[in-house]
Amino acid sequence: MSRPEDLAPPEIFYNDSEANKYTGSTRVQHIQAKMTLRALELLNLQPCSFVLDVGCGSGLSGEILTQEGDHVWCGLDISPSMLATGLDRELEGDLMLQDMGTGVPFRAGSFDAAISISAIQWLCNADTSYNDPKQRMMRFFNTLYAALKKGGKFVAQFYPKNDIQVDDILQSAKVAGFSGGLVVDDPESKKNKKYYLVLSSGAPPLGEEQVNLDGVTMDEENIKQTRQLRQRLKNGKDKESAKTFILRKKELMKRRGRKVAKDSKFTGRKRRHRF
Amino acid sequence: MKFLTTNFLKCPVKACDTSNDNFPLQFDGGKCQLVQDESIEFNPEFMLNIIDRVDWAALLKVAGELGSVTLPSKKPTFPCSVPELTEVGMAVLNDLHVMLLQTSITEGEMKCRNCGHIYYIKNGIPNLLLPPHLV
Repeated sequence: MSRPEDLAPPEIFYNDSEANKYTGSTRVQHIQAKMTLRALELLNLQPCSFVLDVGCGSGLSGEILTQEGDHVWCGLDISPSMLATGLDRELEGDLMLQDMGTGVPFRAGSFDAAISISAIQWLCNADTSYNDPKQRMMRFFNTLYAALKKGGKFVAQFYPKNDIQVDDILQSAKVAGFSGGLVVDDPESKKNKKYYLVLSSGAPPLGEEQVNLDGVTMDEENIKQTRQLRQRLKNGKDKESAKTFILRKKELMKRRGRKVAKDSKFTGRKRRHRF
Repeated sequence: MKFLTTNFLKCPVKACDTSNDNFPLQFDGGKCQLVQDESIEFNPEFMLNIIDRVDWAALLKVAGELGSVTLPSKKPTFPCSVPELTEVGMAVLNDLHVMLLQTSITEGEMKCRNCGHIYYIKNGIPNLLLPPHLV
């Protein structure tokens, strides 16, 4: 599928018809809701917080912020059509027309937390001759860091195009002073793989919770091992047998959530000659 | 835009970051339209959470520009949790809720005191996009 980021700048891509299609689609609503709930789970917020929603669009994520834990939120988005769609949906939060690349326009220590669903990958694009993605990213993270209170948290789900974009975003966040990293959900699945940037600005004040990383495996070691294995196979040093190949692929498919036939003593065996 | 948001919003222009005049933005009382939305429920927990962060001087300034003078000149103090609130405290908090959360600015304009750029508010949505020369 083509990436909207490659087609047009966000304020042009999300025009009236696209905004209606996006907001009206139950599939999109379902996915957005799922991701917002997951982001909230990672944020581990106290109820009744003041939250910033970066790239709020028509408020699909904002609605959930209001429902789950009575948060009061402020949303920024660059697309007028998306905001107009949001106006019709009677949201409780505030909407603002603003480009995140020019900075988050709030004074220091305004928000308890910030959330962003499917938006910050747009920062990696240069839409005009005077836009420099690196600078825009730095400006965004610097101003966001300032706008969050001490120990404030930021969780952003995004769709990176490649590893370079992931590195750029992580790098800028680090330079701005954030600590944290990347959480990848469903890492084995190509379709359901989701990237969450989980950041916090300094240690939380006494009596407040840190980000919730339950169920997240820190698998640096694991990734290294598979990489080594792949390298070895590529070099042809270890030839793997047909049976181990099948078992390895079955294991992979199982982890991706596919239906896989049970392993038995016949797995990977040749059929007997009929004649 | 809620009245509460005016207490946090500053001028997004980068050159104004170093100035002390970029917050709060100056509202033009004559051109601003205020609307009460009574459907927003009173949430004492949130009010207690946010009241620490409210810049009272800025709140008085903006309220004056928008033609409201009912605020006390000093920030009222509250206990840190809801059960400790007295009845009087609850009433004051409710008044603040009506002012900060239920009141919103639907039409109008605001100006940065430093660079003088004017931001327009339409349908309750402020337009904070910057022209290329200010980015």
